[in-house]
Amino acid sequence: MSWLDIGHIDDIPLRGARLVRTRLGCVGLFRTAEAEVFATSNACPHKGGPLSEGIVHGRKVTCPLHNWVFSLETGEAMGADEGRIATYPVRLDVAGRILIDADALGKRSAA
Amino acid sequence: MTQKLVIIGAGMASGRVIEHLAALDPAAYDITLFNAEPRGNYNRIMLSPVLSGEKTYDDIVTHDDAFYAEHAITCRFGETVTRIDRTRKIVHGAKGDVPYDKLLIATGSAPFIIPVDGRDLEGVITYRDLDDTNAMIAAARPGRKAVVIGGGLLGLEAAAGLAERGMDVTVVHLMGHLMERQLDEAAGYLLRRDLEKRGITVLTGASTTAILGANRVEGVLLADDTALEADLVVMAVGIRPETRLANDAGLEVVRGIAVNAQMQSLSDPDVFAVGECVEFDGHLFGLVAPLYDQAKVVAHGLLDRPDAFTVRDTATKLKVTGCDLFSAGDFADGPGREDIVFRDPARGVYKRLVIEGDRLVGAVMYGDTADGNWFFGLIRDGTEIDEMRETLIFGPAFQGGASADPLSAVAALPPEAEICGCNGVCKSTIVQAIDGGAADLGAVRAATKASASCGTCTGLVEQLLQVTLGDDYAAPAAQPVCGCTGLTHEDVRRLIKAQELKSQPAVWQELGWSTPNGCHVCRPAINFYLLADWPVEYRDDPQSRFVNERKHANIQKDGTFSVVPRMWGGITNAAELRAIADAAEKYDVPTVKVTGGQRIDLLGVKGEDLPHIWADLNRAGLVSGHAYSKGLRTVKTCVGTDHCRFGTQDSTGLGIKLEQILWGSWTPHKVKLAVSGCPRNCAEATCKDVGIVCVDSGYQVGVAGAAGMDLKETERLADVATEAEAIEMTVAFIQLYRENAKYLDRPYKWVAKVGLDWVKNHVVADADNRRALVARFEVSQTVYRKDPWAEHAADAPRFAPLADLTLEAAE
Repeated sequence: MSWLDIGHIDDIPLRGARLVRTRLGCVGLFRTAEAEVFATSNACPHKGGPLSEGIVHGRKVTCPLHNWVFSLETGEAMGADEGRIATYPVRLDVAGRILIDADALGKRSAA
Repeated sequence: MTQKLVIIGAGMASGRVIEHLAALDPAAYDITLFNAEPRGNYNRIMLSPVLSGEKTYDDIVTHDDAFYAEHAITCRFGETVTRIDRTRKIVHGAKGDVPYDKLLIATGSAPFIIPVDGRDLEGVITYRDLDDTNAMIAAARPGRKAVVIGGGLLGLEAAAGLAERGMDVTVVHLMGHLMERQLDEAAGYLLRRDLEKRGITVLTGASTTAILGANRVEGVLLADDTALEADLVVMAVGIRPETRLANDAGLEVVRGIAVNAQMQSLSDPDVFAVGECVEFDGHLFGLVAPLYDQAKVVAHGLLDRPDAFTVRDTATKLKVTGCDLFSAGDFADGPGREDIVFRDPARGVYKRLVIEGDRLVGAVMYGDTADGNWFFGLIRDGTEIDEMRETLIFGPAFQGGASADPLSAVAALPPEAEICGCNGVCKSTIVQAIDGGAADLGAVRAATKASASCGTCTGLVEQLLQVTLGDDYAAPAAQPVCGCTGLTHEDVRRLIKAQELKSQPAVWQELGWSTPNGCHVCRPAINFYLLADWPVEYRDDPQSRFVNERKHANIQKDGTFSVVPRMWGGITNAAELRAIADAAEKYDVPTVKVTGGQRIDLLGVKGEDLPHIWADLNRAGLVSGHAYSKGLRTVKTCVGTDHCRFGTQDSTGLGIKLEQILWGSWTPHKVKLAVSGCPRNCAEATCKDVGIVCVDSGYQVGVAGAAGMDLKETERLADVATEAEAIEMTVAFIQLYRENAKYLDRPYKWVAKVGLDWVKNHVVADADNRRALVARFEVSQTVYRKDPWAEHAADAPRFAPLADLTLEAAE
């Protein structure tokens, strides 16, 4: 893995999200707790809604367009909806910097 | 052969090293112990009870003079070490040098001082050692004011101790909830509530900008310009490893002194370090359990016995009498984790377990921490919990049976809690009626009038029937807010008022939410109810809003946004139109459309351009039209008496006045108004939420119209003679709607539920109540009547991507 520093945890509001632009599309970064962050693809598989604009609750996010709910841990759509979003390894260091796995983002290109 | 060991710092960690050496091989070392404080090792953890007066210094001494004499330790107390000479292996003390074979650095930590003006004033104290504690005791006088900066473990213990000594204490905490490193929001809320019960004021999200005073401290200034009076300021924002000596000696220091698993400096195997001054594998240490582990490893290392330090989970308890909290392990960070949450609002109990796979990895508890150590054991030992998962949260004693009572929120209400606001009926009156034979809703209504007016407390009355009658009562099914709770919207609204719940964690905890922090259905509703009921105390939470209200623009299906500036009463001018045209060109707006609400919509603006287009429009005097909000949208007008030969009153002027009074307010759903200058009704006022039709004799105020999913003509609220009365009726109606309606009910749906007569009673018949409604609306508007675009334009970076990796060079 090659960890890439993309910002500080406090750059994302609690239960909020921010966008990271990559060469292959946008990745959403979701802050679910004081020191907990998840990274997934930003586009809802339903109609392409921007997930980073959705409401973050528990370890889930709700798409702002049609209320599909996704687990940020597994990427699976919850409830009756069927679909999946890509998830990417991300971690926090002790100083609160957000580190994302650049290799995993690279693999996105191969797929 | 006896070697020379010099120890710098006589704290709890080095004290434990000495005990181990004395037990294992007392002859191995000839020990010299330096300490900057003029005393030996005492139990620093117990400074809080010393501060509060529950203990004295003598009670907390760990090693007294007799101990040091018995173990032949040369004590150099009250003497600072000036330098370490590693080449010659000498420690330079202020009163003389000491050679060493092995050196142990145990300098502990220094309090972090926030770099604000006034930090050096007399009366500003940190909280680390006995001298600090004595200084606080000396300064504490009943009735004097203390400000504690920092709502972590240490700060809260200081606050509680000072309050115990009769001081008027305010805690200023930068983060959103207390002890955010050890507690989640719900437990932080309960802690805050308990501290507030002791008279301690807690300010969260509060940043200190200066400490005020001429010679000694007089006050504290916060970033929002709040000024707090203070006779004493305690700075307890955190600690950092004390590494100056190690730095000067050329030892590797990251944040703390870098050591290996044997606690030896990475730069020098003859130098050991232990305690809070150490950094191991990226970790710093502040709690006593790992320090004791380290001490054992150091003693073994000094005696050439193999041992290695490993980082273990630690448990935290707050040493404030009556605040029972416990946290252990890791309750954040990492995918694949699940929560088990248990809340008992009646007892103020909250427990949350965090499970990863088949192991327990974290636990937070408040109110009932009896099982804390058992959970901590499961975490530390990595015990498989699959078998007991179902009942885990009930602790080791659980043998099947009892489960949480879904009615506990209602059962917990005190007898004097008001259930029915319309008729002023409290809980005990209803319970008495039920005990007296009222066995269903109708009977309770007949006996007490509870829920007989607007009906929003019907759910609560039914729950009281259920609580009081038990299985004898079959409650009709009511639709709960969402899967997070069994309560209806009406129940939640009434309980927020009755229990004075003023934050989202308070609602989740006191009303027994089953999820850690709600969902996309309940969060926007609760956020609205709180800001409508407690406009001053509660702060709007953007993360609990749908994207449009968070971004102050309407999201389109392609992810772009639409921007609609406000045009008061539909009136504009050449300069505004020019600014709109310029903005449309500058930001490549693909579609410009005139809306049905008499203004102009710029469609297709990119998210990151929003703050910039707002700033441009602001410069021309244009503000947000709130075309995206559950709030006031537009007041549509006709040209009235100014130009029209049929106009009876100044409908345009009234529309503008109404819009300027109402704009910025949040409502349960969107609210649209119109004012027509005559019964020909060119502004289409008779299908609006509030529609005013001007006539020769004055103004006809209609409410509860609809022209959307349903089509409905307004119903007449009142006919009034003057413009001022028309405005007062309108504002009172909207405030009544804000205070009582279910989230996402338009006014026509709400009026259909409560009845127009009930609305008339509150708004028209009762003049005092009408004025009170208007007054409460005004209080709320002091917070919300402002342009969100102007506020957010200054915050442009938040609208841009956090990072743009497309700019990275290709590998």
